[in-house]
Amino acid sequence: MPDARVIPLHGPEHSLPPVAGRPGDRGAEPAAHRGRAPGDEFAELGEGIPDWEKQLADLLAFLRRRISGDYEVDEFGFDVELNDNVLLPLLAPLYDKWFRVETIGMHNVPADGGALLVANHSGTIPLDALITGYAVHEHHPGHRHLRMLGADLVFRLPVLGPLARKAGHTLACNPDAERLLRSGELAGVWPEGFKGIGKPYRDRYKLQRFGRGGFVSAALRTGAPIIPCAIVGAEEIYPKIGDIKPLARLFGFPYFPVTPLFPWFGLIGMVPLPSKWYIEFGEPIRTDTFEAGAADDPMLVFNLTDQVRETIQQTLYRLLTQRRNVFLG
Amino acid sequence: MAPRVVLVTGVSRFLGGYLAARLAGNPDVERVLGVDTVPPSRDLLRRMGRAEFVRADIRNPLIAKVISTARVDTVVHASVTANPAGPSGRTTLKEMNVIGTMQLLAACQKSPLVRKLVVKSTTAVYGASPRDPAVFSEEMGPKDLPSSGYAKDAVEVEGYVRGFGRRRPDVQITTLRFANFIGPRIDTVMTRYFSLPIVPTVLGYDARVQLLHAEDALAILERATLHDLPGVFNAGGDGVLMLSQAIRRAGRIPLPVPSLMVPTVGTVIRSARLVDFSPDQMRFLNFGRVVDTTRLKQEFGLTPRWTTREAFDDFVNGRGLCPFIDPDRVAAVEREILDMAAKLR
Repeated sequence: MPDARVIPLHGPEHSLPPVAGRPGDRGAEPAAHRGRAPGDEFAELGEGIPDWEKQLADLLAFLRRRISGDYEVDEFGFDVELNDNVLLPLLAPLYDKWFRVETIGMHNVPADGGALLVANHSGTIPLDALITGYAVHEHHPGHRHLRMLGADLVFRLPVLGPLARKAGHTLACNPDAERLLRSGELAGVWPEGFKGIGKPYRDRYKLQRFGRGGFVSAALRTGAPIIPCAIVGAEEIYPKIGDIKPLARLFGFPYFPVTPLFPWFGLIGMVPLPSKWYIEFGEPIRTDTFEAGAADDPMLVFNLTDQVRETIQQTLYRLLTQRRNVFLG
Repeated sequence: MAPRVVLVTGVSRFLGGYLAARLAGNPDVERVLGVDTVPPSRDLLRRMGRAEFVRADIRNPLIAKVISTARVDTVVHASVTANPAGPSGRTTLKEMNVIGTMQLLAACQKSPLVRKLVVKSTTAVYGASPRDPAVFSEEMGPKDLPSSGYAKDAVEVEGYVRGFGRRRPDVQITTLRFANFIGPRIDTVMTRYFSLPIVPTVLGYDARVQLLHAEDALAILERATLHDLPGVFNAGGDGVLMLSQAIRRAGRIPLPVPSLMVPTVGTVIRSARLVDFSPDQMRFLNFGRVVDTTRLKQEFGLTPRWTTREAFDDFVNGRGLCPFIDPDRVAAVEREILDMAAKLR
């Protein structure tokens, strides 16, 4: 270790109030790291130092930890530091400025413990999932991470696959879902899958089939509450009016979308339309009231699946009647 | 119940050899026999103490004679390996792994005295693919059966072991699925890989890597030999390192190679006698693999002393790997920039 240059004025604690999701937040826990480096000590000086210098110190400490591999990754490959400092901030402009997202009923998301968020899927590319994850992390008092369950296609793709893992997401399968819920994580699932996200524009806000109810059995087995979540606005970002099947087959994708702007306008066509978004978190549906073995009762699983689906569909219709304009809200 | 006469296969390698040494140091064990095709190194032989070395090929029916005349009651099959011993390559390795296991199990089946079998297997039997769950537990199988290489050998070996269990229900069988070994003393494909100055990786992929310290592996094998703990157990350290993170921790320079070029680069590295990677290990570098070790901790009763991260750091420090990106240097640069910033204030 380099010799100490500064005398900490505020004892071993960090003098800045920790703000979740900002650089330096994690760096303030020296015990978590192999050693204390200049940036950490520097941050403790607190007053008398301009803000930009503190930020520079935080940034350098962050870069040092990245270069020397000094960070934690969980068994799913979730890299909290990278996610909070690099990946999530990328979504901020999209969330605040472009889609001007409004969340309703955030108090329905429990502050701790395992819970399963179930939402409708739309928009040709899964931006709705990313935005929901951002909403929960930024606007929930507990700043919870939404651990999404994604299709295997995501994890097969280079770059995107590892990135999804680093952002805390994992494959949509029962073992992973149950493992996340058991360890008290907030998991997110979009049970419509490709049928929902890739449906034509004329079918907007019509919920598709909800898979085989695997998410319900996962919740039943772990006793985690199900939070129905309705997302309005994501349908309009890329209105899918066509599908080029041969191209989709060529790339191995489930569909190759044609929107009014894509692929005609190339890169410009890939800019999502600035629709106004509403995300409503519904009242949690408890699953711990059923007796053991309920997960193996197909009738119960179907009923619960249907209940969740109906709740989301009703919320969607209600939000849609309240919305006057797609882009202005 | 402590075993009386133990036969350990693969004693010329790290795990077999040091296990024999540990057992030889245990006064409860009457006799320790080590079998391998090549004699252990002088240093290893010295450590093995009173353990006897039998130069035999487990592919040869002669092994049955050794087992019956020495009145062996416990067999530790530790010779199944991913690391080719010599230049002879994969064919011999496969034969050693699969045919060797068949012969050994046949010999065990014939000897009524054998009452315990410990098999060193690997987590590679779970395969590695994007369609797999993030964490494997013992009852899961691979989505895509490994089609070649070590993983396939291990799947076949486990198949024969299960068959043996059906034919000899009186024998206690412990199958240990080990994660990749790491440590300052052991020499594996992984240690050689991370010792390369420039480490080739697959472009656009980053694997989750779970490692097990070689000393923990020895402790697990020893416990399985000395106690009756039948079953299949995953064995790996706690926690996960990303491949990119491990490379950074070792101070190496990653060289991302496009997927299409990976086989070519693999061949070059193999022919340069640096690292002998098989296709299933390449897949491992793409997707990685993590196993659930709850059963090991609770039923088997052993928690690895090193986490994945600690084991890897121990390997880096113990080997004295000279980092190309020195963490002290990085810290010094950081300090310089901050000093400059302070002057600007």
